[in-house]
Order: sequence, then structure tokens, then C-alpha cells
Amino acid sequence: MAKPASSRPKSAAATPAKAGASDENFALRSLQDAHEADKRYAASDDDLLHFYEQMVLIRRFEERAGQLYGLGLIGGFCHLYIGQEAVAVGLQSALAPGKDSVITGYRDHGHMLAYGIDPKVIMAELTGRAAGISRGKGGSMHMFSTEHKFYGGHGIVGAQVPLGAGLAFAHKYNEDGGVCLAYFGDGAANQGQVYEAFNMASLWNLPIIFVVENNGYAMGTAVKRGSAETHFYRRGTAFRIPGMSVNGMDVLEVRQAANIALEYVRGGNGPVLMELQTYRYRGHSMSDPAKYRSREEVQEMRDNHDPIERAKAELLARGIAEDRIKEIDKRIRAVVAEAADFAENSPEPEMPELYTDVLVESY
Amino acid sequence: MAIELKMPALSPTMEEGTLAKWLVKVGDEVKSGDILAEIETDKATMEFEAVDEGVIGQILIAEGTEGVKVGTVIAVIGGDGAPAEAGVSGQETPVAATPAEAPASAGAQRAERPVSAPRPADPAVPTGTNMKTSTVREALRDAMAEEMRRDPRVFVMGEEVAEYQGAYKVTQGLLEEFGPKRVIDTPITEYGFAGIGTGAAMGGLRPIVEFMTFNFAMQAIDHIINSAAKTNYMSGGQMRCPVVFRGPNGAASRVGAQHSQNYGPWYASVPGLVVIAPYDAADAKGLLKAAIRSEDPVVFLENELVYGRSFELPELDDHVLPIGKARIMREGSDVTIVSYSIGVGLALEAAESLAAEGIDAEVLDLRTLRPLDREAVLTSLAKTNRLVVAEEGWPQCSISSEIMALCMEDGFDLLDAPVLRVCDEDVPLPYAANLEKAAIIDAGRIAAAVRKVCYR
Repeated sequence: MAKPASSRPKSAAATPAKAGASDENFALRSLQDAHEADKRYAASDDDLLHFYEQMVLIRRFEERAGQLYGLGLIGGFCHLYIGQEAVAVGLQSALAPGKDSVITGYRDHGHMLAYGIDPKVIMAELTGRAAGISRGKGGSMHMFSTEHKFYGGHGIVGAQVPLGAGLAFAHKYNEDGGVCLAYFGDGAANQGQVYEAFNMASLWNLPIIFVVENNGYAMGTAVKRGSAETHFYRRGTAFRIPGMSVNGMDVLEVRQAANIALEYVRGGNGPVLMELQTYRYRGHSMSDPAKYRSREEVQEMRDNHDPIERAKAELLARGIAEDRIKEIDKRIRAVVAEAADFAENSPEPEMPELYTDVLVESY
Repeated sequence: MAIELKMPALSPTMEEGTLAKWLVKVGDEVKSGDILAEIETDKATMEFEAVDEGVIGQILIAEGTEGVKVGTVIAVIGGDGAPAEAGVSGQETPVAATPAEAPASAGAQRAERPVSAPRPADPAVPTGTNMKTSTVREALRDAMAEEMRRDPRVFVMGEEVAEYQGAYKVTQGLLEEFGPKRVIDTPITEYGFAGIGTGAAMGGLRPIVEFMTFNFAMQAIDHIINSAAKTNYMSGGQMRCPVVFRGPNGAASRVGAQHSQNYGPWYASVPGLVVIAPYDAADAKGLLKAAIRSEDPVVFLENELVYGRSFELPELDDHVLPIGKARIMREGSDVTIVSYSIGVGLALEAAESLAAEGIDAEVLDLRTLRPLDREAVLTSLAKTNRLVVAEEGWPQCSISSEIMALCMEDGFDLLDAPVLRVCDEDVPLPYAANLEKAAIIDAGRIAAAVRKVCYR
């Protein structure tokens, strides 16, 4: 899915310098060039096993969530991350836990799992139980873990982008060295507030990585039907934000790109815009039959670009014993089964919970 | 032929100003475009240009004169007579004999609408506290400055808040004291910076987000409501959002329908928000400080027409008032007038005129619109058994409707007459001076409603 790099001039040097950016092409393409020069992260076997395990966790978790939805245990909207696993895992594995922050939209289960948040409390939130991470009051689209610096889970398309810029503002204000990773989709990329945030983030040199997860469809609208510029990574150009186009179906490419982006942002150079080419296998939400694309298209992605199969093949090629991989699969199945049991059997919130948390203080 | 130069109106709400400096003297020849003087309004210092050509014949208002009413003749170009002596040398000799109002008396009248009758003291202010005079504008600025000194997490962002010193001068001097890290000019991008402010609050800071007016906050209302108000609940109490959204709200003067709306009822309908709409300087300061300290998102609604008014302000090191508490602004026994923001001044004015007719009205300032001090309304109603709501805003789905519903639901047995409301006319606010005047509530209409519920 990655865009061909051949058309891109390679005149740029490796060190970006916003201040003296008289050569505009240079500053805005430098990160892409750095990525093209060295595309894949040199993962150790343990790294790759870990990425594999996290991606499998997301996949199995989401499959089970879909199942529970079908059983009526999960209500409302439920947007599954199946197919996009390499994005969250690759990017977030590069972050510094406890320092960097993450914010996303409503397709948020995968980002939470990739940040090490307990699957039990996520699943219990999906089933609307008291033990859920939002005490059953947020649901699939509204989950948060301030402990993990995961700031949601936002249901309004695009809202997380300026909110993420605000988190980045706080990182800068507090001089805590943190970077905010703000995810949004190709659909949200057409919201005006995204560009308001781009402008201020660049103007104020905020430490933020804007991540467009381009899964090809804004609900039922194919990218080319909704976007005049379908190369989303270019959309920062007007704000002097360098862009990167990354194959989001390969966890090691994602991770490598994340390292480049993070180094740039941590260097005090301001924001980066990453476009991750990815694909969701399921509908937009559980109630979407996904008639706007062909079965063959989905099958082609599953057969030839699946991020988990790719990682597995690579592990095997490296000589990792198949048993070790099977062991991971088995362990994850158990973790997800436990989460589902927990979510199914936990009690619903007590009635007084209806009135708590409206305001923090009493007046 | 003599041409009179009159004190110009340099802002929509300017009624008077200070003639800060003359840049010409008697005998100078001026032509169109020459800067004649610097005039200080409550918002800015403006240059006053010549439109006509000629020789300055007389300077009638000396520089440094405060409270010069708009329309006062300040100088004369041309004319036959010898140049007037006064004004040539400046400061000390404001000319007494002028065709317009005497500047000296204009200066004495400067305090914009002084407090009329003695007010019952705010129970939240210790008795015996020294009082000083302050405009609402200064009170708001001081509230922010004090809180910024107290808590390094507090910062202000908005359009023109820093280098310009505030579109309405509310943030005057803050940049100088706190620097550009904490007093931040934003581009004109309300949705975006409201989101950034909200996100910064989620990230642990204490943002004060200024909207040049709340009319522009409609572009940002998604973040105020969906992001700021709901997140604490949706996160099961994990994610607080201690942000203050503040700025002028409601009708100003002759700025037309898009710049004149009262959003109090909109925000007050949203659980998860605190909504404050103070009237006087003491409440503006004490409640803004409380808002900044609150762990909850606060919408703080100011009023442009009240910014320049002077009130008594308690001289306390730390004047913080409780949120959610109404205040009796005038005690009375016959009828209760409930209001908030600029309506309180009109209600007090109405009460004064009613007193002359033998109707003793109690005026209750809600101060906080959410959470609403229902108890204070019902307590006052229990005392007077008659109630009128005065609100500078539209009638339908308003704070007035809410107060009326409260009286029906919980105060029905206390009522000796139906509750009436006095609101703006149910139309977009017109521009024409006479139509605008007709559309907006005034003391006369409030008094008329009070007579009605008193069956007088």
C-alpha cells in the first residue's frame, strides 16, 4: 500500500531545519527521504515476537468483541480495528511509556491494547459494566486511561486532533519531553479543525505526531470520492509540517518511520504528519455491511498484506520455532477468553453511578 | 468659517473618553489626514485625524481631560476670532466656556453609572472589609493575574490577548508580567484553539480560553460541550478538564444580530459545565478566581457594556466567591426580580423607580447559571410570593423559562400571582438604533411586569 517513492526527488539532506528552510522541498520531504533510505526497523527476534503478540491480541480481542456484539452483549457503535493492527503496535512501541501521550478517535480498542491497558477493563467497558475502564459510562468510543497517558477515545470525528495539539502544548509548557501521538482517519482528515490544529501546532512548534490512518474508506466513502488530495501526508505542506507516507501493513516499516518522526519531534522541530496506508477488514462499525467495496478487494488484502501473517512469516523465516508462535496464539486466546468472561460476568453499574462524575466538585 | 471638531465615538460602546494628548496647537495649519490628537477610549488609545483643512482656531478641551462625552466640541478650525488663550499651553487650563458641556463636569461624571442604593453586603465577604472602586474590566484582569501568580499551570490564550492587550483590554498588562509562554495570541481559529485549550486542560494545565465574544464560540461549541463538558463523565471520573472559557456575551451596542446573542441558556442546559454570568466587579473577580481554581470546565460569560462600569470591590488578598450561589442585590418584601449579568443593573434601576411607587422589590442576582441556586430563588419567593425574571436574551428556552418552571414545580404554593418574564424581543437583534432599543429589555419593561404581578 505504500506510495511509490520513485517520483520523489531525493535532493534533500538528512537533517531538517525548519528555521532556515529556504528550500521548501527539503524540509517537507526530508523525513520521507530518511524513511525511504532505511525502511524497516531492525527488530530483534524478541521485538518481533512482542509485536506479533500485540497484534494477535488486538485481532483476537476485536474478533471476540464482534462476537459479543452479535450476541447483544455490546451495544451502540462498535468500530473494530481488524486489519490495522500494525499501525498502533508499530507506532506505540516507539513511544516512551509514562512520558508520551496518545489520543485517537472512536476506533480506539487497538490503541489501548497496544499501550498495555488491561484487556479485561476494555472489554468490560464494551459490555457496559461497572468494572469497565470508564465505569461503564463511556462505551466503545469513549475510553481513557490517564495512568497510561491514553487520552481517549473521542466520538466526534476529528476532535482528537486539536485536543492532541493541546496535549502537546502541555508537554511543551511543562517541558516534560513528551510527544503526543494523535491518530485520526482519512475521513477525519477532511475536518476543518484538523487544519486549524496543524497551523497552531506548526506555529508554536508543538511536539506532536499527527497520524492519518488511511484505511481507504471514510465510513462508506472511498478516499478518492471524498478527498481532492488523496495523499494525506502532503496536507501538512501548507503549514510547513513535513509528511511521511508509510506502509501501515508492515509493523517494522511503521516502527522505523515512528523512530524517524519521533527523533525529529523530540529535537524540538515541531510536528510531523504521518500517513499510514492501512486497511480495515470489517465494516466501518458493526452495523455496516460494507457493500461499497468488493469481497475480492478485502480478500486480496487479507491474503497478501495481512500484518500478522507477514510478521509470522518473518518469524518463521528467522528460524523461530513454530511452537513458540503457537504458544503465543494460545496464550492470547486465553487472555481474550478471560477478558470476555470478565466482561460478561461483571455486574452492571450501580444506580447511583448515574449521577457521579458529572462535575468533579460540589457547588 | 469655523469648523467644530467634536469628540468622536471610536468604538461601538464608547460614550466618553479621555483627551490624552493634543498633537497640534492653536495657529497650526492642518490638512486632511493630519493627526490632531490622541484619544483614549476604554478599549484603546486612538488617533484623531483631521478631515478638513484650515488653521486651528481654538482648543476647547485641554489634554488630559477625562470623561469627555462623545459629541463635545473639542476644538475649532478656522473662524474669525483670535485664537483662544486656553489650550495653547495645555494641561492646566481647560476652558470653561464652551458651546458643549463643560469638560470639568464631564470629568466628574466619569464613573460610569455609579452604584445607586446601598447594597446588602455579600455574605461571602467578611464584614468590615475595606472597599475600593474598580471597573469590571480591571477586576477580571486582576483575577487572572492573581491566579497566574498563584498557579504556574494557569495561562491565557485567545485572539489579541497578548500584544494587542485584549480586544476589550481585559488582558491588559498580562503579557508584560507573565510573558509569551503564558499569555498567548492565537490565530483566528476558535474551533482549533478551543480544542487545544481543552486538550491542554486534559493534559494537566489550567487554561483560560478567551473568546473575543461568545458569538464566535459557536465555532468552538463542539469542544466546549462534547470535549470539555462530557469527558469527565464518559471517563468515569478519570479525565478532568479544568478549563475556563471566557469572554463577552449578549448584546453590545449596534453590532447587529451576529454579534449580540446571549448564550447563557445554551450552556446552562449542559450537564458537565459550570456556567457563570456575573454582573458587578466583585462578583466578576471573585467568581473568575473560583472558576480558574475549579476542577470543572467553566463557561464564564461577561458583558461588554458592563466592562467599563465601576463598582465597589472588596480589598482582600484573595477574594474568591462560591460558585453556584445567588446573591441578594437589593432586599425587598413585595416582589422578587430574578436576573443575571447586565439584567441585574436594569432590575436594580427598576426597583429604585418602583420604590418611589411604594413597591418594595427584592433583586436576586443568580450569578451562576449552572448549577442554579434554586434554593435562593425559592427562599426569596417564599418571602415575596411574586416573581419576575429579567433576562437580556431571547425568551424561548431561556434562563427565564427555567426559573418559571422551577416556580411551578417547587414554588407553586408560594405564588400569589403568575410568574412573568421580561426578555428581549424574539427577533434577531436589529442594527437601527430605535429598533435595537425596542428589542432589548430595559428598566421600564421590568417595572411594568412587576406592577402587573403586584396587580398595580
